[in-house]
Amino acid sequence: MLEKALQGNAKYWSWVGFLLSMMGLGAFCYVLQFNYGLGLTGMSRNVSWGLYISQFTFLVGVAASAVMLVLPYYLHNFKEFGRITILGEFLAIASVSMCLLFIMTDLGQPIRALNVVLHPTPHSILFWDMIVLNGYLFLNVVVGWVALNSEYKGTHPPKWVYPFVYLSIPWAVSIHTVTAFLYCGLPGRHFWMTAILAPRFLASAFAAGPALLIILVLLVRKFSSFDAGDKAINKLVTVIIYAGLINFFFVGLELFVGYYSNIPGHMHTLDYLFFGLADHDTGIIYNNLVPWMRTSVIMGVISLALFGCKKTRNNSGMLIVACALMFFSLWIDKGLGLVLGGFVPNPLEYITEYVPSIPEIFITLGVWCTGFFILTILYKVAISVKTEAERLS
Amino acid sequence: MDNKRRKFLKIAGLSAIAGIGAPAALNMLMKGNVQASSPHGHGDDHGGGHEEAKGHGAHHGEVKQGKRYGLVIDVHKFNQTPGLAQKCISACHDTFNVPDIGNKKDEVKWIWEEPYTHAFPEHSHYKRNTELHHLSFLVTCNHCDDPPCVRACPTQATFKNEDGIVMMDFHRCIGCRFCMAACPYGSRSFNWRDPRGMKDGKPFIKKVNPEFPTRMRGVVEKCNFCAGLLKKGLLPKCVEATGDTKAMVFGDLNDPASEVSKVLKSHFTIQRKPALGTKPSVFYII
Ligand code: SF4
Ligand code: SF4
Repeated sequence: MLEKALQGNAKYWSWVGFLLSMMGLGAFCYVLQFNYGLGLTGMSRNVSWGLYISQFTFLVGVAASAVMLVLPYYLHNFKEFGRITILGEFLAIASVSMCLLFIMTDLGQPIRALNVVLHPTPHSILFWDMIVLNGYLFLNVVVGWVALNSEYKGTHPPKWVYPFVYLSIPWAVSIHTVTAFLYCGLPGRHFWMTAILAPRFLASAFAAGPALLIILVLLVRKFSSFDAGDKAINKLVTVIIYAGLINFFFVGLELFVGYYSNIPGHMHTLDYLFFGLADHDTGIIYNNLVPWMRTSVIMGVISLALFGCKKTRNNSGMLIVACALMFFSLWIDKGLGLVLGGFVPNPLEYITEYVPSIPEIFITLGVWCTGFFILTILYKVAISVKTEAERLS
Repeated sequence: MDNKRRKFLKIAGLSAIAGIGAPAALNMLMKGNVQASSPHGHGDDHGGGHEEAKGHGAHHGEVKQGKRYGLVIDVHKFNQTPGLAQKCISACHDTFNVPDIGNKKDEVKWIWEEPYTHAFPEHSHYKRNTELHHLSFLVTCNHCDDPPCVRACPTQATFKNEDGIVMMDFHRCIGCRFCMAACPYGSRSFNWRDPRGMKDGKPFIKKVNPEFPTRMRGVVEKCNFCAGLLKKGLLPKCVEATGDTKAMVFGDLNDPASEVSKVLKSHFTIQRKPALGTKPSVFYII
């Protein structure tokens, strides 16, 4: 089937060419980083994780959100998702690939990455994260590819693949739960230490992932003859609305606990993210994430309003705007604020702000483009197969 | 479809059972893996049979088996001897080839000075006596009895040795920095760049001590309580540097006859962030 990825028009090739050149640029910057050390990034002794790990965290959510298609389709026989479930699974494959790449780019000694396997350490959450992420990648590759292949041949998917499908459902939940456990089990990091972190991760994932998927599906509709159907899209919108609302509810809970309890450690990071945090000794106010976080809130509110209003929801242009706003709102919330905020203040209550370096940004973009490259190839194959199958029947 | 759903429920049920069983299994595995926790391990925490354990409530008792090295820092003695803290720092950093990178961002340090407000941020700073606020406190790795850094490390590159010292294996560390996120004391440094390198013709390590390996970039490092010297029956370098001022007392916390135990019995001391359950082995006389 892969040969389908090699046939395309000029637009397709220029998109692929763009992605490849961004990947090349990212790879070049990575070589610089590899030779100099991670000091080339904006990370520091006090903010020891930066863009790479925050993107990783966000993308685990996008990957997990495939379950919002797989579950209704396979478990509740929601037929309308039949046409796009594969798109969700392929989005998961691309996202998990990005996750793994982001982890690799973040390692100080990437060549030793296999030590995690050679010295298995069950008391480390990172060990479990490695297992669930690779497992999820495997499950989605198997399920997605087999399903598409049978469509290609005009047969039903073989029976043996169903256990993998069902397994992928709790597995999707597990990847984001374990990823939350990376953070919420660390003593002395008040902002992360909340039992609600895993559910909040899941809620924001189930809003951000489908939002991206709707955008992709609408793009596919524009550039090919493949149409996912309005019913499927409307269902996804419902998922986004509920997940988005639950996410904002959770954020509100965090704010309540922090500010009502009045415990300084619980308020510091919230202050830093939304209002700015003053240094103990100098009185200088640090607030470089405040504009971002406030934008995130505004985007989220506007997006929910657009989704909630029938007129805007049914207009595909406005729908894209709403989805994009939701996606970026949650990207800022989780892909920036959550990880970076957790380091401010540091355990000794010093404030260090983090600003990514230029090479770091290009490496990050390079990884994103690698993900979109994988996604483009997979979608190209899937859509060619699907349109052909539909023509034949 | 019904059939499929039933199948799913089975799988879901099984995973739920696995989910419930996992913490217990994890606990068992952890016992096996946190090296040098006492043979009786966590079970003893609940036993309460020890003096300390009773006082702290059953769950926070410290386990008294095996060796556990600890350090008492007398802040007043440091205050009375200006320059002493700096002497300790140099003694450590020179011995262990700790690079001086020259900027805050890439900084590597094993032991350093902090004012009271930053060494003990969880204590109230309101209306404390002025002397306290002018004191500086040497801080370093606490060699916690329940170290979160060891729990977090995915490769066991950081581990507890048989003397209760939290060690680093520089050759195994993958540089994921999970331990840095996990340590509630900011005790760990990452080699953001090659510590063997130099800037403007000045090497980061002024004079290499051939007795201890220099590190490569991309690994984490921290104080090791001079584990190698202890093996030879010597004292840690910082303690040695305090001479006979008694500003630092080092020894086995589990040996009631040791000097450190006696000092702890007869003085009021505090630990950093005791509420977190890490059980630091460094104490401060203030
Ligand atoms: S002080 Fe930090 S680095 Fe040292 S043992 Fe405790 S948690 Fe680990
Ligand atoms: S940076 Fe090294 S020592 Fe720290 S958790 Fe990762 S592998 Fe372990």
